[in-house]
Amino acid sequence: MRPPIRAIAVAVVLAILVALPWAHVSLPGVFGDPLGSPGTLNLLGLCFVFGALALTYDLVFGYTGLLSFGHALYFASGVYVTAIALVRWHWDLPHAIALTVVVSLLLPIVLGSICLRVRDIPFAMVTLAFAQAASILVLQNPGGLTGGEEGLPLGAESLPAALVGVVNTRNLYWLALALLLVTYAVGWWAVNSPPGRVWQAIRENERRVEVLGLDPYRYKLGAFVLSGFLASAAGVVYLLLQGGASPTVATADFTLALLVMVVLGGVGTLWGAVLGGVVYEYLDFRLVALSGAPAIQALPGILRVPLSEPLFILGVLFIVLVLFVPGGLAGFVRLVAVRAL
Amino acid sequence: MSTIALLVITGLALGALYFLIASGLSLIWGLMRVLNFAHGAFFTVASYCAFIAAAALPAGGPWLHFLFAVAVGVGVGGVFAALTEVVLVRPLYERHVGQVLVTVGLALATTALVQGGFGADPRQLELPVWLTGTTTIFAAIPNSRLLTIAAAALVLVLLRFFLQRTRYGLIVRAGVENRAMVSALGIDVQRAFTLVFAIGGMAAGLAGVLAGAYYGTIDPFRGTAMLLFAFIVVVIGGLGSVTGSAVAAVIVGLLQQFLNFYAAAGTGDFAVVVLLAVVLLRRPGGLFGSAT
Repeated sequence: MRPPIRAIAVAVVLAILVALPWAHVSLPGVFGDPLGSPGTLNLLGLCFVFGALALTYDLVFGYTGLLSFGHALYFASGVYVTAIALVRWHWDLPHAIALTVVVSLLLPIVLGSICLRVRDIPFAMVTLAFAQAASILVLQNPGGLTGGEEGLPLGAESLPAALVGVVNTRNLYWLALALLLVTYAVGWWAVNSPPGRVWQAIRENERRVEVLGLDPYRYKLGAFVLSGFLASAAGVVYLLLQGGASPTVATADFTLALLVMVVLGGVGTLWGAVLGGVVYEYLDFRLVALSGAPAIQALPGILRVPLSEPLFILGVLFIVLVLFVPGGLAGFVRLVAVRAL
Repeated sequence: MSTIALLVITGLALGALYFLIASGLSLIWGLMRVLNFAHGAFFTVASYCAFIAAAALPAGGPWLHFLFAVAVGVGVGGVFAALTEVVLVRPLYERHVGQVLVTVGLALATTALVQGGFGADPRQLELPVWLTGTTTIFAAIPNSRLLTIAAAALVLVLLRFFLQRTRYGLIVRAGVENRAMVSALGIDVQRAFTLVFAIGGMAAGLAGVLAGAYYGTIDPFRGTAMLLFAFIVVVIGGLGSVTGSAVAAVIVGLLQQFLNFYAAAGTGDFAVVVLLAVVLLRRPGGLFGSAT
């Protein structure tokens, strides 16, 4: 009787998440504002986007064993192509998204087919090189397109009315939730499909896959393109949630953050990667607020300084997990569950 | 002519800084197959410790202060790196991805800590007058550039001497070629691991102090920014080859300076990453690496 119980639990959690904007419950300490407030909904929306994004990275890194250091590029292309079409060219949202879909299919096809000609560390470095080139381009602000360091804020006039204003944050929240669910569904379908099995076989032993008469290159490219495309989709939702593009999303640090999210959550599990993305974004955001709390401000400097830096806490947490819990949070949960049974 | 001379020297000096970071990275990768993301943290921590310790020195002229800073930077870099190897990397023996990941975590945590402790803004440094002045060689060349080049050249000579002429250097070179064989011959490769980390950390620490003189300031993020280009240098030069790193560092430094000057700012950086992609796709092992 296990499957029905699980399905019911999932349905209940989903129902709660969908109904959340109507909740006026305060969870002091967990969120700064009441649950249904725009501030909390925005944070949760960002958490969902990062959950989805971490999942897309897990498809290449965790499932196919490709250590890409350029994943930020595909996220950033979703963010920037849409932003440029909306703000600079004054397109409406559907056309901007249509353009983004085309670009976010072509970009990973072209770059992936080049990068995948080499493996391992050279592969990591070539992907890093392309992502870094894009990051430099964004900062250079060619033709005044990207806005350089200042980024590209979306004006209210470039968006449909339902996505503008604090009142409509709930629509963005639902959009982010939908993104996460769709990404999860596509990811689940992909890794359980025949090509998805081949990805995992490539991760375990690429030579063997070749000997079995399959061409690993095509399967790896498939994983790379799917993951890049889904990352761009996450980028579009991120742009709408943030109300603008900023150049940090194209940097190598951003890819490293993705790596941290996936490992934090659990490499090679979909829900682990999602959990990692959600927890990372939540901690990154909330630890800043918590560090301003009087209890922490009253501490002596030697304790206060480290505790006020979210990235310090995340970095240490990350090291501890890598050293002692190789499966990440998902591995930890599974371990506890096995012990409890 | 004077512009070209200035660009050549500045490019060489930048290449010298890259080389100091890249040589350690290259040896660590060659011997242990670990891409060490914490190398930028060694650089940053060493530079902050060095200049804070030097500022706290009660007596002595500016030169004594600077030499003291160099000594502290090299020492702190070496000790920090050796500790990293023993405490964080060694427990993950044979888990290469895990080893890379702990260095990523360490880099994140350390940069955040330095930023929290000393602020995100660049700190102005008190340097000896000669270092902030210039010497005329076809053009007015900042002396800090000359010092950086000389120091890197010295490190290259010392490293080559160590690798070619000493027993431990022999073990390191043999380990880069075939680590399993070295262990099978009954040689303690573990000790060589700590050693290459310490050497790499010392060179990165020196780079941290010299970069302070080069830019006149230190900030928490330069280590990470330079690490990226150092990675590019290592890969272009060929992983595991110190000479390859030196050659690639000069190419990258000059290319970056010339294009950033003659084309728009940022073009040099762009050209460097394009060069990386081209080299890797033509020769995955890098210029001086074995073609694997």
